[in-house]
Amino acid sequence: MSTRSWKASAGLHITLVFASVIAVFPVAWVALTSLKTDRATWTRPEKLGTLGVSNYTQVLGETRFLTWFGNSLVVAAGTTVLGVLIAASAGYAASRMRFPGKRPLMWTFLVTQMFPAAVLIVPLYNVMSDLGLLDSYGGLILAQCTIAVPYCAWMLKGYFDTIPVSIDEAGRIDGLSPLGTFWRLIVPLARPGISVTVFYSFITAWGEVAFASVFMQSEGHYTLPIGMATFVSDFKAEWGLLTAGSVLVMLPTAAVFFLVQRHLVAGLTAGGVKS
Amino acid sequence: MTTSTTRPQAGVAPPVPPPRRRVRGLLTRHWYAWAMVTPVVVVIGALVMFPLVKGIYLSLTDATEMNSGRTIGVNEIPATYSFVGFENYIDVLSGSDGAFYSRLLWTVQWTVACVTLHFTIGLGLALLLNRAMRLRGLYRMLLILPWAVPPFVAAFGWRLILNEQGGVANSVLGLFGIDAVNWLGEPLAAKISVIMVNVWLGVPFMMVALLGGLQTVSKDLYEAAEMDGATAWQQFRAVTLPGLRPVSGTVILLGTIWTFNQFPVIALLTGGGPGGSTNILVTEAYERAFQGIRDYSGAATYGALIASMLVVFAFFYKRWLAKQSEEVFG
Repeated sequence: MSTRSWKASAGLHITLVFASVIAVFPVAWVALTSLKTDRATWTRPEKLGTLGVSNYTQVLGETRFLTWFGNSLVVAAGTTVLGVLIAASAGYAASRMRFPGKRPLMWTFLVTQMFPAAVLIVPLYNVMSDLGLLDSYGGLILAQCTIAVPYCAWMLKGYFDTIPVSIDEAGRIDGLSPLGTFWRLIVPLARPGISVTVFYSFITAWGEVAFASVFMQSEGHYTLPIGMATFVSDFKAEWGLLTAGSVLVMLPTAAVFFLVQRHLVAGLTAGGVKS
Repeated sequence: MTTSTTRPQAGVAPPVPPPRRRVRGLLTRHWYAWAMVTPVVVVIGALVMFPLVKGIYLSLTDATEMNSGRTIGVNEIPATYSFVGFENYIDVLSGSDGAFYSRLLWTVQWTVACVTLHFTIGLGLALLLNRAMRLRGLYRMLLILPWAVPPFVAAFGWRLILNEQGGVANSVLGLFGIDAVNWLGEPLAAKISVIMVNVWLGVPFMMVALLGGLQTVSKDLYEAAEMDGATAWQQFRAVTLPGLRPVSGTVILLGTIWTFNQFPVIALLTGGGPGGSTNILVTEAYERAFQGIRDYSGAATYGALIASMLVVFAFFYKRWLAKQSEEVFG
């Protein structure tokens, strides 16, 4: 590689720097705007005004941001726990056992994980309304499970497929039941895969917009995307609040993301390549 | 094979037992697997299949907010909508509702544009990053950043940047003497904006996945190609692209599904506007169901059409997968 001329090398670095700037700029711009304390400067890109953290204190202290943050956490955690728990055993059965109904089941996972919210949102809304589950955590968690369960099952089956069957056989020789094999041997081995599935379903439920915007009707039950959208509308433009809130959401997500991203790619593509 | 054997041996197909015994036989053999999948089957049945059937039924009625059953205070108003057969589908598919074909066309344009840009930019960056150089780790981390941003946060951030009055995008254009663009307020500009934001969000996944794919392409193949005097372009065509086939097939497929279903970017960036021009099918269905007078049956019709497109898509995907695994493993 030392044969590369300095011109090619410079071109390479210029391209990558340019691309990096495009990748980072919007995030940096949001962070910068969140520190601008003068309202007038939010939409004056060339002006900085005084920088400070007053947007952060305001968003934390004077809005319901923390409530929304909590709601998003509850809904995302509930969806993830429910989704991963029930999907794991099905994923294991689909990976290790032959049984009548397996093909239609895998087919259902494949098709339903493609369904956008738009396909189910109207009938689900009616069902939730009949059951009195609108505007409640439980209702939204169940709705989010329509997205989470199929792809958790699909992804986890992909992971279990990568664990050698000989381990199951060893467990069976030692007298473990299939469920015991699954729980004591396979789950610990699949822990990296499971944690990626957990992260992915958490992050999806956390930022889900369509169901959340329809099912959660009172301000106290909004999740983050719905609540934060109220900061900037046709009638007001609280960019300071919106950007400060965005930074507060981005920091923890990005931190965890960078920890798991390598596994994330493997997980997302593994399920697709080997069915 | 003789049919006189009464006790089937392993590997020989048993004669069909009477139905009762057959069910019991299946149960004893498969109860474990069935028990393990039961929770998922129940959840999918109750939350996906039942609503799906109900949605299809709704699409055959004229249900709107006005004639659906509802409770106002203590008064319960019964539903008064009625069965109309395929009227909604005829309305939508004949184009007389005015929106379907333009939305479909835009959905296709949006999906093709986004996925093409995701893939080409992602591949380009992956090729650059796949070389030994200084600062490689840093570049990789910076370029991956958009993927770490939740889409709803990205939509908010880009709204700030693309704001007509005082957005930084317009002031950058101003530096070059270009007039301010009403990014989110004019149909064409809004379409370009939503594609731009979605490309920004989606390139990192493609880049990382393709980078992983590039590292699995055997170095020997490149050496052999070099020995044969292949140019860089010929190496790319004859070694890199075929080597990436399995990965690129998968990521293009995932990208297509994700983009086709992309809700937050469009809903939060333009809200489908101006005048519905950036609505793809999924946001259009949503808008029909929950804005203005809620047109449940119309939205259900869109939902059913979207679902059937996805089923057809999944069918071809399965065939492609089967072919792929034959090539890779067979």
